[in-house]
Formats: sequence, C-alpha cells, structure tokens
Amino acid sequence: MMQTVQTIVADLKDKPGALLPILHAIQNTLGYVPPEIVPTIAKALNLSRAEIHGVISFYHYFRDHAPGKKTVRICRAESCLAMSGKDLENHAKAKLGIDYHETTADGKFSLEPVYCLGNCACSPAIQIDNDVYGRVSNTDFDEILKEHSA
Amino acid sequence: MSVTVYIPCDSSAVSIGADRVANAVAQEAKNRGVEINVVRNGSRGLYWLEPMVEVATDKGRVAYGAVKTSDVAGLFDADFLNGGAHTLNLGLTEEIPYLNKQQRLTFARVGITDPVSVEDYVAHNGYRGLKNALSYSQADVVKHVSDSGLRGRGGAAFPTGIKWNTVLNTQADQKYIICNADEGDSGTFSDRMIMEGDPLVLIEGMTIAGLAVGATQGYIYLRIEYPHALEILNKAIENATAAGYLGENIQGSGKTFHLEVRQGAGAYVCGEETALMESLEGKRGLVRFKPPLPAISGLFGKPTVVNNVISLASVPIILDKGGDFYRDFGMGRSRGTLPLQLAGNLKHTGLVELAFGATLREVLYDFGGGSATGKPIRAVQVGGPLGSYLPESQFDTPLDYEAFAEIWAVLGHGGIVAFDETVDLAQMAKYSMEFCVEESCGKCTPCRIGSTRGYEVMDEIVNKRDLDKNIPLLRSLCDTMLNGSLCAMGGMTPYPVLSALNHFPEDFGIEKNV
Ligand SMILES: Cc1cc2nc3c(=O)[nH]c(=O)nc-3n(C[C@H](O)[C@H](O)[C@H](O)COP(=O)(O)O)c2cc1C
Ligand code: SF4
Ligand code: FES
Repeated sequence: MMQTVQTIVADLKDKPGALLPILHAIQNTLGYVPPEIVPTIAKALNLSRAEIHGVISFYHYFRDHAPGKKTVRICRAESCLAMSGKDLENHAKAKLGIDYHETTADGKFSLEPVYCLGNCACSPAIQIDNDVYGRVSNTDFDEILKEHSA
Repeated sequence: MSVTVYIPCDSSAVSIGADRVANAVAQEAKNRGVEINVVRNGSRGLYWLEPMVEVATDKGRVAYGAVKTSDVAGLFDADFLNGGAHTLNLGLTEEIPYLNKQQRLTFARVGITDPVSVEDYVAHNGYRGLKNALSYSQADVVKHVSDSGLRGRGGAAFPTGIKWNTVLNTQADQKYIICNADEGDSGTFSDRMIMEGDPLVLIEGMTIAGLAVGATQGYIYLRIEYPHALEILNKAIENATAAGYLGENIQGSGKTFHLEVRQGAGAYVCGEETALMESLEGKRGLVRFKPPLPAISGLFGKPTVVNNVISLASVPIILDKGGDFYRDFGMGRSRGTLPLQLAGNLKHTGLVELAFGATLREVLYDFGGGSATGKPIRAVQVGGPLGSYLPESQFDTPLDYEAFAEIWAVLGHGGIVAFDETVDLAQMAKYSMEFCVEESCGKCTPCRIGSTRGYEVMDEIVNKRDLDKNIPLLRSLCDTMLNGSLCAMGGMTPYPVLSALNHFPEDFGIEKNV
C-alpha cells in the first residue's frame, strides 16, 4: 500500500493544486484514504498533517475507512423527492438493513446520500459506483442490487 | 451501404437502458447479417422517449422511442432501418413538436453529432467561432460577447462581457479560464448534457475565452457525481489536441491554450466560484471574502475568468454569428436563450432551450405536459435548491431574470422542478435547512448557526409545536441569514423556506401568515 501511495504522490505532486488529484488517485486505487498515509502526503507537499486532514474531512466524497465492495448512493434532492424519492430511500435502507454512512455486515454495500445526480429528468435516481439508474421503483432497486451482488 | 443508427451515450439515457438497447440492436443486426453503423450520440433531451433510437434515412432522421430491449427484434421486423412503421415510430426527429418549438442555439448539435468526433463537430458548424476569434483583436472578441448581452448562466446572471473585460485589462504573467462544471443545483442537468453530448462546444468556448483575455491555461472543475462526463471530456480534449485545436500553436496561429479537467469531491459549496478556486488550489472549499474579485486576483492569485458551462458553451455561436444575432433573442435585459431543465413530477421531462420570455405555465404544460402523476401541479421550484417555490398563481411569470426578481424568485441555472398536490411544503422547507446545514462551508455564523437553528425550528413546526412562537422565530432566523451571510448558500436558503411559508402557510399549520 505504501508503495502505491508513494508512486501516486511522486507522479502528481508537481501539479498546481496537487492535493485533490492525489487524494482522488489514492481513493480510486485503495477505495479510501487511509489515515496512516497522511504524513507521506504532507511531507511531499510541504504541508502540515492538520492541513491534509482538514481537506480530507471537509469533502463528503473522501473517506478515511474502507467502504463496502460497492457504494450505493441515493439521491435525496428535490426532483427525486417530487417522484417518491423518500419512499425509495426508506426502502433502500430497509432492504440493506443499514443507514447512511454504514456498510452491510457482509461487506458488500455501503450506503451514502447524494444531492442530485443530474438525472432529474428520470427521477428518482440512484448510483452504484459509477453506474447511474433512473426511474427506480422499489422492485427495480431490488433487481439492481441483485445484479451488483453477483 | 450500411445504415447509421443513433443511440445516446448520455448518462441519463443510459440510466434507463440505452446501453442495453445499443447492445441488443448490434446483436440483432449481427444475427440477421445486416450491416449497421451505430453512433452513440448525446441525448436530444426528450427523456420520456429515451432510450430513443434514430435511423438516418433519405428524408432525414427517423426516431423510435422509448425503446426497450424487448422491442428490438420487432423494430427490425418493421424495417426500422428504412424508417418503417411501428408503434414506437415518432416520425422525423426534427419535426417532433417538443424539439421543433425550441430555439436551440447552445444545444444546436447535442444529440446530432458523435460527441467526441472533431470531424463531425466541424461538419456541423463547429470551430467557426474560434476561426473568427483568431482573426479579431482581443478587445473585439470581448466586444462580441458584451454585445450579445450574455449573462452568466451559473446563477448570478452577471454580464459575461464585463467579467472578460476586467481580466483582459488586468496585467499579469499568467491568467486562467475556469469552467464551473460543479452543477450542484438539484433539478439541473444542462451542463451534463453539454459535456456528454457536445463537449467540443465547451472546449471551443473556453479556447475563445483564453484568446480573448490572454489566458493560456484552462481548468474544468467537474463534480465527482459525473463520471461519464469525465470520460467524454477527456476523450474530446485528446481529440481536439490531436487535431490542433488545443495546446501550442492552435491552428497555426501561434496561440496557446491548455485544458485540464479536475474533479471536485462532493461539496455543493465548491460551486461558489471562490470556494471552487480554493478547492482547485488543493484546500478546503471555504468561500473567500470579496474583494478582491477573481477577475483581478483569482486562482493562485492570478486574474481568472470563472464561467458556467452553459455561459462558455454559448460563446462559439456568438463568435460565429455575431453578438447582435444572439442579442436578438430574449426579452428586456435577459438576452439570448436559456436551456431550461424540466424535472420532477412532469410528464415530459427534458431539456427545453428557449429565448427568454416564455411563461412558466407554457413550459410546464405545453412542453412538460402537466404532472406525471396526472394530479394538479401545486408548486414549482425554479433555480435549484436555493430557489423559491412558486404557487399556481405565479405560473404566468415570464422566464426573465428581472420578472423573477420582482416576485422574489430566481431563474438560476434554469432548473424547474414540479410537485403535485401530495407535496408538503413544510417538509420541503425543513429539507432546505437540512441541506444548508449539510453543505455550509462554516465560514460565517449566520449560515452555519442559522441553518442549524433553522433546521431545529422547522422540526418543531412540522410537528406543529408552538407555532405562535416558532413561525416568527423562523422568519427572524431567515432574516439574519438573508442579510448576514457571506455567500448565497446561507443568503438564499431563505428563498425556498420563506416562499414555501408565504405561499403555502396551510402546510405549516397556520391559516394565514403571522
Ligand atoms: C453555494 C453556491 C453554489 C454554486 N454552484 C454553482 C455551480 O454549481 N455551477 C455554477 O456555474 N455556478 C455556481 N454558483 C455560482 C458561482 O459562484 C458563479 O457565480 C458562477 O460560476 C459564475 O459563472 P457565470 O457568470 O457564467 O454564471 C454557485 C454559487 C453559490 C453561492
Ligand atoms: S454563507 Fe455559508 S457557505 Fe457561504 S461563506 Fe457563509 S458559511 Fe460558507
Ligand atoms: S434531484 Fe435527484 S438526480 Fe437530480
């Protein structure tokens, strides 16, 4: 892991405003940004650990612990609310048996809220990793989940 | 000769099955031994008809929609490759009223071309604006933009020409163009549609901006929720560079413009231009005090143009046809066109680009077709999560920045979200406060504390507790947020909250307003 991180940091550290690209690259590779790598980044960018930590915790997208194999994001914003998004949210939580920011016991899925996926013409919408789904009924949700469980 | 079949790669179309349909069409063609050429285009923006499949015929493109994989064999049986009759046949795409009644300037090519093909782009009038810009002086390029009357489409509606002029006239060794592609507003997706459906128009617009003000580096700050757009933008940048439209010595002019996409990380406030620059610099997305203006001291302290995707994507046609051409559309001080996004509970959701001046009612009913559920439309939120809720009595307001300001509402980025009579506006107001708690950058007290208190008070109100005390308290909190916030996050959260309260007091458990 340390090796991977060091390569990423070395590749990107000379970009202007390198921190976000570095954090993205790390999270893309490892699935999260492990706290123990903060000193490595801090040293390379000549910043304090507190600064790096502040950035990681400011952004909703970055996480400091390993997520489930896949991340399910439910849109909580207005257009989806206008199309029974609240029901879908409740259904998703019940189906997965977890609340937001939690991971199922089998480690398969994490659940996160999202505020608009730009899929408002097909509300309600969800995203699983990079795949977006629109006009999702409760039954659709179960099927989509099944596809992703394989 | 093989027939060309168009099936969108737009992520919304994909979200309801466009990839599966594309695979099924290719497979069926193979099984039948027919040669076809599948182009993954952008979406025409008629989302209730997506996935929409179009076939190129002698008479023009014929559309079929909404197509499911189970329809594919039947379409082949009906000879759809020659525009054959079928229950899903929608006739010539260009003649579908929803499309035909629009004034598509910025969206002229979306859904028509292969998004990442420079050749296709140029064949459809692309890069004509840049060609003109390369032959003009910098001041003349800016003058066309000023003459067009274009105002920022990201929300604040600030005149684009004035911004560019400031950057042009500020001396510096380095200047930047930033495209704000954070598109955080719920109910909006026009930026996404451009980036996925015609990314080259954005690239051309940014290149023209760079030439105009003397900036050699551009950044597209793209929200993390748009992974499809990222892929398509990067491919388009690569292709434009290979064709000599980006990088050094653009089209032999000796001019340079480099472009890079940077991803956000899920913070709504990073759509605010100064928070965005902080984020690009690798910091927390805290809003900066103004002055200095970004146009004078922006990214890394350098003069910076920050414009929304739609603002920048409207520049090529302005430079192609002239500022006057664009200005001739619209009403009052709202010139040109606005790509509206019809969302929420509407039968015909989608992208409707119109000259300013149509009424909200026309858009909701003539285009939107009324609610999807068939119940009366009770409330409409225009302009994203910080926009006001409008009741039926305000539906005749023309879509014009000033007309909306008069009724204490905003057009913002052009998102229109409709709700039927099942909506509870007190719950929506509570949600608005919650959103502000969630997304506040925390720099100023009225927003940070005000939204937290506002959420608590709304919680009391939805539970109908102490309304005599809590309603005035809510108003007073909103007043503090309106007047004391550093940016529109805290400063405009009262728009949805108070408009809900004022127009729908019954949802708050009161008969008339106290
Ligand atoms: C909280 C907040 C969020 C914003 N989000 C966006 C956004 O997602 N996209 C955008 O273009 N402008 C957004 N803006 C407006 C920008 O600050 C800025 O006005 C705009 O990018 C300027 O470009 P324009 O003149 O082309 O509209 C936001 C403003 C605020 C206060
Ligand atoms: S209003 Fe809110 S988001 Fe804007 S600067 Fe203040 S705390 Fe930050
Ligand atoms: S509001 Fe849910 S996708 Fe936009």
